[in-house]
Amino acid sequence: MKHVNLPYITKITDSRIEARGIKTLLFRYPRAVDPGQFFMIWIPGVDEIPMSVSYISQDIKGITFRRVGDATTALYKLKPDDMIGIRGPYGNGFRIDGKHILFVAGGTGIATLAPAIEKAISKGIASTVVIGAKTYEEIFFEERLKNHNAKIHISTDDGSRGYKGYASDLSKQILNKKRERFNSIITCGPEPMMKKLLETCGDIPLQASLERYMKCCIGLCGQCCIGEGLRVCVEGPVFDGKTLKNIEDFGVYRRDPTGRKIRILG
Amino acid sequence: MDISTTISSIKLKNPTILASGIMDEDAGSMQRIIKRGGVGAVVTKSIGLTARRGYPNPTVIELEHGILNAMGLPNPGIDHYGEEIEKIKHLQTPIIGSIYGANPDEFIELSRRMEDLDVDALELNLSCPHTKKYGLEIGCDPYLVRKITCAVKENVSIPVFIKLSPNVTSIIELAKMAEEAGADAIVAINTVKAMKINIDLRRPILSNKIGGYSGKAIMPIGVRCVYEIAENIQIPIIGVGGITTGEDAIEYFMAGASAVQIGSGVYYRGIDIFKTVCSEIENWMKKHGYKKLSDLIGVAHI
Repeated sequence: MKHVNLPYITKITDSRIEARGIKTLLFRYPRAVDPGQFFMIWIPGVDEIPMSVSYISQDIKGITFRRVGDATTALYKLKPDDMIGIRGPYGNGFRIDGKHILFVAGGTGIATLAPAIEKAISKGIASTVVIGAKTYEEIFFEERLKNHNAKIHISTDDGSRGYKGYASDLSKQILNKKRERFNSIITCGPEPMMKKLLETCGDIPLQASLERYMKCCIGLCGQCCIGEGLRVCVEGPVFDGKTLKNIEDFGVYRRDPTGRKIRILG
Repeated sequence: MDISTTISSIKLKNPTILASGIMDEDAGSMQRIIKRGGVGAVVTKSIGLTARRGYPNPTVIELEHGILNAMGLPNPGIDHYGEEIEKIKHLQTPIIGSIYGANPDEFIELSRRMEDLDVDALELNLSCPHTKKYGLEIGCDPYLVRKITCAVKENVSIPVFIKLSPNVTSIIELAKMAEEAGADAIVAINTVKAMKINIDLRRPILSNKIGGYSGKAIMPIGVRCVYEIAENIQIPIIGVGGITTGEDAIEYFMAGASAVQIGSGVYYRGIDIFKTVCSEIENWMKKHGYKKLSDLIGVAHI
């Protein structure tokens, strides 16, 4: 594969429903990917959108997403043998080290974290995972991670399973238990949740994966910039807590395709 | 070593300028280019009267020798963009406000608004190659170029630069018209109209099908345009198109450019390309016995 930022056309090899409204697509893409990195997924005739990689093996890669807008609805309808274009991987990925990591996922954030958790466990790092969802029907990857011996805690907004409340609140409880000592926290989910987590994690280093509207993904257009010109597509999507503490817009504002600031809903 | 340069009344500490449309959607990114990139001036994103979303993705792809884009002039509109400009004024680096409009009246309104925001100069985008009713659609008509330039010049007192397209029969005619109409400088060139088809899917990749080609591949086209324009007008020229090294910039100076803009180069060499290009220019000048950048301008006209 030539290293040019041009969509590589590949066939969907497999697809499966992971939970209500959440689907995985698998396809052949033989380039190396680190957990936390993302692809630009081209759905011909519809759109091209950034999506983090949820399955990483040598030849086959996968994405797992919720049907929310036009692009993800079109993606959701795709079947094996349909063609999509992939470019990337882009961005920095997670730094996975230490003895014990707390992973905190909100919503589809677990799709981004799953390969990182698997990597941590394969490196012998103890992994505690908080999976937060709106309701029990939207929880996924629980079995996958249990099979890898991750210690799993579930929270749902409506209390239909596990802790009733947000993943950030459940994480706070876990962090407050003195028995648990974590070297780092890795999170992906709604920004207000990640911001709350940043405020409660004290001196434990945190890494958060951010999402922004993207266009070029090669650090030129500036669409995804936060703070002082930090490009989510190049310097991100994973930022450490120290950096995020200095970014006023973190958890508060994002920019729409016109460049106008819009409030992030909590 | 003196690499400062002057375009009309604007003094630049170095001849590298951030091209429009690159890292300039918000104050933060322009701040990074100014503070860490070492740029001599920045050109803002092309701003219109109202917000535009631009085209759906794919909007930017990389080809083997350049970058192809069709953004579709996305911008938040002058009402919202004003605050981004306000936030970078204190950095003391010249700001060139880029504007696009569909007719002389829109250009007049936008230039007045930009002048109120205290930008140092204006760049009229008469050359975007892929957006209906704007850019090249008016910038390929010499009479419209003259009409718009005259209209803007009558309404503002800051310098007015005209950015031209190479996708025309004669860029010389357009540059002459702009000069006649009172333009203070010519910016050449905008991207070159181009297309990339994916043969597996049998369709163009960009959602707009046609885009503008930039990067290394277009440099000889830019140099030729600057050279031809320089032989026909007296006002300064800002060279742009494919510059990634100091030697590239020197080629443009020799063709007649007094400064250069860098856009896609940010992809090839990173945010501090401006600093890097400046030190490469200085090294070359030192090696060849030049003390002043101005001594290089136009020397290739033999």
